[in-house]
Order: sequence, then structure tokens, then C-alpha cells
Amino acid sequence: MKRSLFAIVFDVMVVRLVRSGTRWWWRSCARWVGVSALAASMVPALAFPVVVTDDQGRQVNVMAAPQRIVTLLPSLAETVCELGHCPRLVGVDRFTQWPASIARLPRVGGGLDPDIEAIVALRPDLVLTSGSGRVAQRLQALGLTVIALEPRTLADTRRVLKEVSRVLTGSDRDGTLAWVRLETGVGNAAQSIPPRSRGGTVYFEVGSGPYAAGEASFIGELIARLGARSIVPAALGPFPKINPEFVVRADPGVILIAADQAAGLASRPGWAGLRAVREARVCAFSPAEGDVLVRAGPRLAEAARLLASCLASKAPTLPTVAPGAMPPAMPALRP
Amino acid sequence: MTQPRTARYQSALLATALLLASGALLAAGAAVGSTGASHWTALWADDTAGQIVREIRLPRSLAAWLAGALLGLSGAVAQGLFRNPLADPFMLGSASGAALGVAVVLVAGGGVLSAGFGPHGLGLTGAAFAGALAAVAMTLALAQGVHDSLRLLLAGVVVGVVLGALASLLSQLSPQTLPAMQAFMLGSTAMVGWSGCALMAVSLAVAVLTGWMLSPVLDGLSLGEATARSLGLPLAAMRLALLAVLALATGAAVAQTGLIAFVGLAAPHLVRSLSRPMAGPLLLLSALTGGVLLLAADIAARGVLAPQELPVGVLTAILGGGYLLWLMRRGAASGGLR
Repeated sequence: MKRSLFAIVFDVMVVRLVRSGTRWWWRSCARWVGVSALAASMVPALAFPVVVTDDQGRQVNVMAAPQRIVTLLPSLAETVCELGHCPRLVGVDRFTQWPASIARLPRVGGGLDPDIEAIVALRPDLVLTSGSGRVAQRLQALGLTVIALEPRTLADTRRVLKEVSRVLTGSDRDGTLAWVRLETGVGNAAQSIPPRSRGGTVYFEVGSGPYAAGEASFIGELIARLGARSIVPAALGPFPKINPEFVVRADPGVILIAADQAAGLASRPGWAGLRAVREARVCAFSPAEGDVLVRAGPRLAEAARLLASCLASKAPTLPTVAPGAMPPAMPALRP
Repeated sequence: MTQPRTARYQSALLATALLLASGALLAAGAAVGSTGASHWTALWADDTAGQIVREIRLPRSLAAWLAGALLGLSGAVAQGLFRNPLADPFMLGSASGAALGVAVVLVAGGGVLSAGFGPHGLGLTGAAFAGALAAVAMTLALAQGVHDSLRLLLAGVVVGVVLGALASLLSQLSPQTLPAMQAFMLGSTAMVGWSGCALMAVSLAVAVLTGWMLSPVLDGLSLGEATARSLGLPLAAMRLALLAVLALATGAAVAQTGLIAFVGLAAPHLVRSLSRPMAGPLLLLSALTGGVLLLAADIAARGVLAPQELPVGVLTAILGGGYLLWLMRRGAASGGLR
């Protein structure tokens, strides 16, 4: 097969050379070099077995490209789909909603209380799970290939994209490309914010408690990339439970909060006087938008766009640039 | 002291009935899972179905039985030891100790189970077991020994509250561990495999044998501390040994299945409401009853919401709470809680 292909190519080359001279021959040569380079770049795709060190510190051997994958974390399902391998998913956890094509897949419980029987019954050749708890070791004891990956920062998101790409294709190329797309999206989102809306402070509430997204979280990192700053310093950890008084003292420029919590902001003790509450600089996000914002997966570029449109429309403008400028009336996010 | 013949006969009858029920429930446990109840013939239909029965349903059913037995036994030991019908296995702070152990490992691993913590990934269960034992040791130290039951109970309450608060504090400081912590606190048998069963079986064997050998002291205590002392038994040493049994049994159960409420409290009461055995048979019967109770609850927990699963700890708390209320009403009607 290989030889006959070579023979055909040789024939074509020689015959063409004879017929139309060297110009075509050189062009063809260049094309041939290009094709070979592409082929060479695809050789790692056959580079199984792949060895992955997961977030529990275990070395996992993946012998061949997995074809039946179960994911137990929404961001991991999103990563698999972003890399174009959605059809290989055979089961997802109950919190996974995106993309829409996974709606037909069986749900195998939550990441921490998965339905072990249902997972085994699906006969997966790979289970992608979060790093916490006993799930990974139990599934591994049942003879499944388990990789625990839990993205918590932007760097983690990049690593997970590359690792999942390696596991699925033998090469981290697709993961790197996806990361470049994500980076570009974040960069574009940052560009979309007018300079006068930059430099503000943001309070991002991830849950009632209240739990806030700090500078150390991927949300905080995204906010920093957009030229703003979370009021919760990195020292407090990624998603700390904070004292409501802390928010009043920090008096953030913009508040981002789930829609069902937004209505009660002014009735929280002492919060009615907050600048952001007084001037309605509050972005309320719907549950679907919340899913995008709080998952460290491939949709972070979309999260950055949501954050950017919030900041562009709600952040207090710098008085030196536009004195007395009224904030835009259009809310960026659907309530 | 020998027990009356009718009581012995009752105990033997009860033990047989409980063993039969255990066998039947284990068989049922193999048939009930996330797909709801399946027919026996379907269980071995193919490799996957076979694997599900062999590697998931059988070990978790056995684990539920063993954990229930350990808790039932500890409940009987605790109630005899403290001469208090409301004593339960977690009275000496072992549950909070286990929770703190789990919290420490979760936080130390940044919410990620550290692989280097022990062989075979014993990380969380090992930490829970160590925490449970450490809590009981701390209670003993605070109570300055085993002589004073009331002191011991109070120390147990203090240790339980403080360690529980510390566990909450740790998980508040790193909220990403909260879900994993909650999964532990709710109690479930879903994650237990054969190795966990083996550990619990060994603990149960040790606990039953030691408890049986030490049961004369419980019989003595049931007549009052003075009587027990007058029997000429090495009371302090035997109490200490019984506490060790209690700690081992609760620690082993809580480490594998998390916090499962009320089985330990209810099992001895159930046994005593059916017969009036001496302490030795009571321990054994309580273990059997606890096993039957928890296994039945576990099967129900799998089936009620299938394919979703109710944490069995939640189910036992609800059922056990109802049972305790009923017991109180009945006790009030017949003149006092036994």
C-alpha cells in the first residue's frame, strides 16, 4: 500500500515534470513538504499509551484513545465537548447542562455522590472526575480508568485543556488551540471595555453566606484581566465566606450577583448605603449565566464577555475622563 | 448469674430470626440498586451486571450490615456502660473526631485527597478512624479516667461539640471542601468495597469477642455501681477495655460509612423490647439488630428515589427519630423509659 502510493506519487511527479517543466515540480515539492509537516505534526496523535499525572497525584496510563467517557464535573464535560469529542461521552453528572447535545445522555448522579452502579453499567473506558472525596479511588478499585482533574484557576483550566486533549487524542495540540481561543476571547472582552470604565472594584457573590469570589479565584483572575479588581484579597483564599460588613467597608464599584439574590441587596443590613446599590450598579446573572461564570472550563471566554459587558455598562466611569457622566441605562445582563 | 430459661429461649429465637432476616436482606441487597429492583435472573445476565452485583451491591450490602452491627453493638455497650438508656455510640465524641479527621485531610489536600497519606488510598477513612479514636482518648483524658460515668458523659459532650466546631471551622476556612465534607456527614455505604468490608468484619469480630468476655461487668453495672464493685471484678480495667471496644467499633463504622444516626441508639432498645437478655446476649442481639436495621434502611435508601440515592444516614435519622418518639410515648404510658 505504502509502496504503491509512493509509486503513484513518483509517477505523477515524473510525468508532470516531463510535461510541464520544473516550475510545477517545485511548487508541488513545496506542497509535499507542507503535507509532510502536517503529517509529522499528527504523529503524536498515535502516541498512545499516554501517561497523565492527575490532581490526586496518581499516574494514570491511558492505553488507547478512550471512546466511552463518563464525566463527573460540568467543566470536564465542557472541556471534552470543546475539544470536539462530545460524541464520545456516554454519561455526565447531574449538574452538566452544556452543550445542549448532552441532554440525551444518562445522568450518573453528582460528582460527590455519583451513582456507582450506573457508571459501571455504562462500561466507560475513561471516567473524568473532580479531585475531592473517595469517588476516584472507589471507581478505580472497580477496574475503571479514572483521572481526577479539578480546575480552580486559569492556569488549571489551561492544564486541564491540554491534559484532556492528550488523553483523548495523544497530543495536547487541540487543547493548546482551545486555550489560545479562550485567551483571545478574554483579550477581546478586555478590549471591549472603554478605558474610562476600567480600574474599578468588583464584588462577585458566588453564594449566599455570603461567599465571594476573591482575587485568587479564576473569576478574580478574569476580573483582573478586564482591568478591574475583586474587593476580596488573594490572602483570603479563592471563595471565602466573608462578613457582610467587609463589603460595606470596601464599597465596591460594581456588584455581580445571582438574579434571585439581587432583589434583596438593599434590604441587607447596611447595604442600602452602598454606592453600587444606590446607583444600581448591580449585574444580576441568570442561572444559565451563573453556570458560565462559575465554572473553570472552556467557556471562560464567554464568562469574560459577560463580565466585560457588565463592567462596560455598570462600572462607575472615571471622573477625570468624563466628569459627571451618567452610567449607561441599558443593563448588560438579563436579570 | 444465669439467665432464666425462657429468656435464653427467647434470645435464641430472636437471634435465629435476625440471622434469617440478615440473609434475606443480603439477597435483596444484591437485587436492588440504582435501576430499582431487578429480577434475580437479570443479575448475571452479562459481565457488567455480574460485576455490579459482585463488586458493588454485595460489598455495600455487607458493609451496611457490618456498620449497622458495629453501631448496634457499640450502642449496647454504651448504654450498659453509662447506665443510660439514651447513650449512643457517638457519645464520647467519636463522630466529631472522625469529622475533624476528614476535614483535616480535605483541607491539607486543598480539597484533594492526598495520595501519599496511606497505602491503598486509605486517606479519608484512615483519618476518620484516627480522629474517632483520638476523640475518645481525649474524652478519657478530660474525664481523668473511667471511674465517674457522669464525668465521662460530660467530657464526651464537650469533646464532641468542640471537635465538631473545629471541623466546621476548618471547612469554613476553605469552603471548597464543604461539599466533600457534607458527603461524609450525610453517611452513605455507596463507596465501600470489599477491603472496607474486611476491615469492618475484623473490627466486629474483635469487638463482639471482647464485649462478650467483658459482659459480666455490664451485668454488674445494671444493678448499680456499688453492686458492680462488690462483685470483685477489676472494674476500672474492664471499663477501659469496654471503652476501647466502643471506640474501635464506632471508629471502624464511621470511617467507612460516615455518620449514621440512631441505629446504635435504637438497636438495643428494640432487642430489650422483644426479650430481656443478659448483657452478653444483648450485645450479640443488638449487633444483629443493628445490622438488619441499617441494611434494610440502605436497601430502602437505594430504592426510594432510584436512580437517585437517599443518603442512608438521612433515612435512619428520620426513621430513628420517629421510633424514639414512639418509644417515649409508650414509655410515658407504661411509667418510664426503660
